[in-house]
Amino acid sequence: MSTLSTRHKVELIAASAIGLFFIVIFPLLNAHGMVSNFTINLWGKYLCYALLAISVDLLWGYTGLLSLGQALFFSFGGYMMGMYLMRMIGDLGQYHKPIPDFLVFLGWTELPKFWKPFASFPFAASMIFLLPGLLALVFGFLAFRSRIKGVYFSILTQALTYGASLMFFRNDMLMGGNNGFTDFKFILGHDLREASTQRGLFIVTAIVLLLVYASLRLLSHTKFGLVQRAIRDGENRVLFSGYATAHFKLFIFVVAALIASIGGALYVPQVGIINPSEMTPDKSLEAVVWCAVGGRGTLVGPIIGAISINSLKSWASRAAPDYWLVILGGLFVVVVLLLPGGIVSIPARLKSLWQRVTRQPSA
Amino acid sequence: MLKVNQLMTAGALALGALVSSVHAEDTVKVGVLHSLSGTMAISETSLRDVLLFTFDEINAKGGVLGKKIEPVVVDGASNWPLFAEKAKQLLEQDKVSVTFGCWTSVSRKSVLPVYEKNNGLLFYPVQYEGQEESQNVFYTAEAVNQQATPAIDYLLKQGYTKFYLIGTDYVYPQTTNLVLLEYLLSKGVALENIGGGFKKDDSGKIISAGKYTPFGHTDYQQIVAEIKQFAAGGKTAVVSTLNGDTNVPFFKEYAAAGLTAETAPVVSFSISEDEFRGLPAKQLVGQLGCWTYFQSIKSPANKEFVKNFKAWLKTTNVPGIVKEGRVTCSPMVLSYDGVYLWKAAVEKAGSFDVDKVRAALKSGLSFDGPGGKVTSQPNMHMTKNVFIGETTAKGQFKILEEFKDVYGEPWLLGKFKSK
Repeated sequence: MSTLSTRHKVELIAASAIGLFFIVIFPLLNAHGMVSNFTINLWGKYLCYALLAISVDLLWGYTGLLSLGQALFFSFGGYMMGMYLMRMIGDLGQYHKPIPDFLVFLGWTELPKFWKPFASFPFAASMIFLLPGLLALVFGFLAFRSRIKGVYFSILTQALTYGASLMFFRNDMLMGGNNGFTDFKFILGHDLREASTQRGLFIVTAIVLLLVYASLRLLSHTKFGLVQRAIRDGENRVLFSGYATAHFKLFIFVVAALIASIGGALYVPQVGIINPSEMTPDKSLEAVVWCAVGGRGTLVGPIIGAISINSLKSWASRAAPDYWLVILGGLFVVVVLLLPGGIVSIPARLKSLWQRVTRQPSA
Repeated sequence: MLKVNQLMTAGALALGALVSSVHAEDTVKVGVLHSLSGTMAISETSLRDVLLFTFDEINAKGGVLGKKIEPVVVDGASNWPLFAEKAKQLLEQDKVSVTFGCWTSVSRKSVLPVYEKNNGLLFYPVQYEGQEESQNVFYTAEAVNQQATPAIDYLLKQGYTKFYLIGTDYVYPQTTNLVLLEYLLSKGVALENIGGGFKKDDSGKIISAGKYTPFGHTDYQQIVAEIKQFAAGGKTAVVSTLNGDTNVPFFKEYAAAGLTAETAPVVSFSISEDEFRGLPAKQLVGQLGCWTYFQSIKSPANKEFVKNFKAWLKTTNVPGIVKEGRVTCSPMVLSYDGVYLWKAAVEKAGSFDVDKVRAALKSGLSFDGPGGKVTSQPNMHMTKNVFIGETTAKGQFKILEEFKDVYGEPWLLGKFKSK
C-alpha cells in the first residue's frame, strides 16, 4: 500500500478541520441562535447533494464511467427513508387514518403487505443499503459483463432512471405517485419540526460526508485506486495485464450507488418531500454539472461544486427570480470554456499565471 | 455573565426593532411563491404577473392599513423540494405576513408542513381535489363541487345519459373522478353508463374510476376508439381532467375519429383562457369548460379588471413579463380575489397577525371581484359563482350557464349516497 502524498495529507487535514467545523461549531452556533435554523437546514441539504456529487465523481472522475442515473439511487435511498417516515406519521395525517394519506385517497383501507415492515427503523435502514445495492449489482453485472462502455453506458443509466421515474409516477405503484411522500412528523421519536432534530440530522450528514470523503481518499491511494484510475485511462491495457476490469467496475458502481442512497436517505427528512421528479434524468445531469464545476477526479471538487452551485441557486432564485437560470447557465459555459479543471484548479492556475507574469521581464 | 448576555440580547432586540420599525412603518412584506421556470412556468408566471398588478393597484390606493405592499418574489422552479426551501425562506428569513402561491397539488403538499410549523398563511388559487383543510392555507381555489359537480348538473340537464371519465394520473383527477362516480350514481346514472373503467380492491369496492394517462402522454388512438365505441350507445359526454400539453394530441385524435362537440362534447376542467395561448383553440371549438370566472363575463367589474390589467402590462417594467396577447383566467382572478380578501381581513383585524387575520377570514368577508361576489368561509374555502362555457375559435368561452354563490366544500368523498 502506497502512502499518501504530502499534498493529499494536507488536503485530508484541511478537510478534517473543515469537517469538524461543520460537525461541532456550526451546530453550536445554531443552538445559540447565531446561525438560523433555515441556514443549517439549507446546508444539510447541500451536504446531501455533496454525497450525490461524490458518487458521480467516484464513477466519472476516477473510473471513467459517466453515469447519468445516480439520482435514481439517491431517490431510492430517499424513498426507503420516506416509507419509514410515512409510517411514523401514524394517524396524524389529513384523513386521520392509520395508513398514509395517499393510500386513503386511492381507496385502501389496509396497509399493502410490502409497506408493513417499514414501521421498523432498522428494517428501513437496511433497505436503504440493500435495495439500491442490489439494483446496482444486477444492472452493473449485466452492463459490465456485456462490456458496455462510454456513451452507451451513459445512455443506459439515463434510461434506467427515466424508466424508474415513469414507474413511480404511476399511482398503481402504491408509492405516492406524482405527489410522492410528504408531511413527515417524526424520526426515531424526535419531532422533525423541532430545530434540534434538524440540527441532529445536519450533524449526521456532515459526519457521513466526512467519513465518505476520508475513506475514498484512502482508497484512492491503495492498489485498488491505481487500478481504478488505470481503467479510466486505458481499460484495454488493464484488461490485457490480467485484471478483471468488470469486477472492479462493478464494485465501484455498487459503492457509488450506496453513497448516493445514503445521501438521499438523509436528504428526505431534511427537505420534507420525495417524489418521482427527483429521479428524472435532469437531476442526474445536475449532479454531473456540480461535479464538473467543482472539478472532477478530485473528491473535494464535487463537494465544492455541489455546495457552491446550490447556494448560488438558493440565493439567485430569491435575488433574481427572472435571471437566475441565465446566471447559472452562464457560469457553466464559463467553467467549461475557461476552467476545464473546475473550481479546485483555480489556485494552480493562478500560480502558473503568477509565474508567467514574474518571469516576463527577463524575456 | 447572564447579565451581559441579557444586556446584549436586549440591545440587539432594541437595535433590530429600531431598524425594522423604520422599515416596517411604510411597507408590509408579502411572498409570491410560483414557478417562474420549469414545466409549470407557462401557467404560473401569469399568476405572478396578476399578483404584482394587484399589489400595484392596492398600493396606488394607499396600501393595506396604511402600509405599502412589498412583494418578495421567489422562483419555485417547478421543483417541489425547492418549493419547501423557498417557503422556509419566505417565512423564516423574510418573515412575510402572507404568501400567495403554488399551482400543483404536490407543491402545496410540499410547503404545507412549513406553513403549519411556522404558523404562516398561504393563499392557494388553483382548482384542486379537496380532502384537505389546513388552518394555514386559505383555498380561494375551486373545490370539486365548484367545478366538476356543477358541470355534471349542466350535462344531466342537457339530457346526457352516459359519461366517460378520463384524466392525467395524479391526485386531482383520481379524487375528482371518485367523487364524480359517487355523484353520478346518486343522480341515478347506472354504473354501466360510466365509462373509462374501474379498479376494485379485494372486497370488490371501487377504488379508482376512469381512464388515466401519464403526464405528457401523446398516444390517444386506442382511448379515443374506446370513447367512440362507448358513445355509440347513447347521448354521451366526456369529462376530462387531462392536464397541460397532453390535451393537444387528445383533441387532435378526438377530431380525427370524427367525434365533435355535437356528437360527444368534452368538458375539461384544466383548460382555461390562459392555456389557449399554447393550445390550438380551433380544434376545441364548441367543447365545454367550467370555471368560477371567464374573461367573457360582461359585468362592469370584469371589464374594468381586464382593462386595468392590460394597461398595467403596458406600463410595467418587471423583467420577463410577456406583454402581448395576454388574457385573464380563473386562477388569475382567484389570486386577485385572494389578495383583496386578505386585505379586507387585515383591515377588519386591524393587524397583520396570522391568527387574527385567520379569524377575520373565517367570520365571512366579501369582495366584489371580476367573477362576481366572493365570500370567505369558516372552513378556509370561498363561496363563489360557477360558470359553464363553450370554447370559441378565439380561445375564449361563451357563457352558457351560471350557478350563483356555490359554497366551497372540501370533504366530498363518501358524501353522495347512491339511490
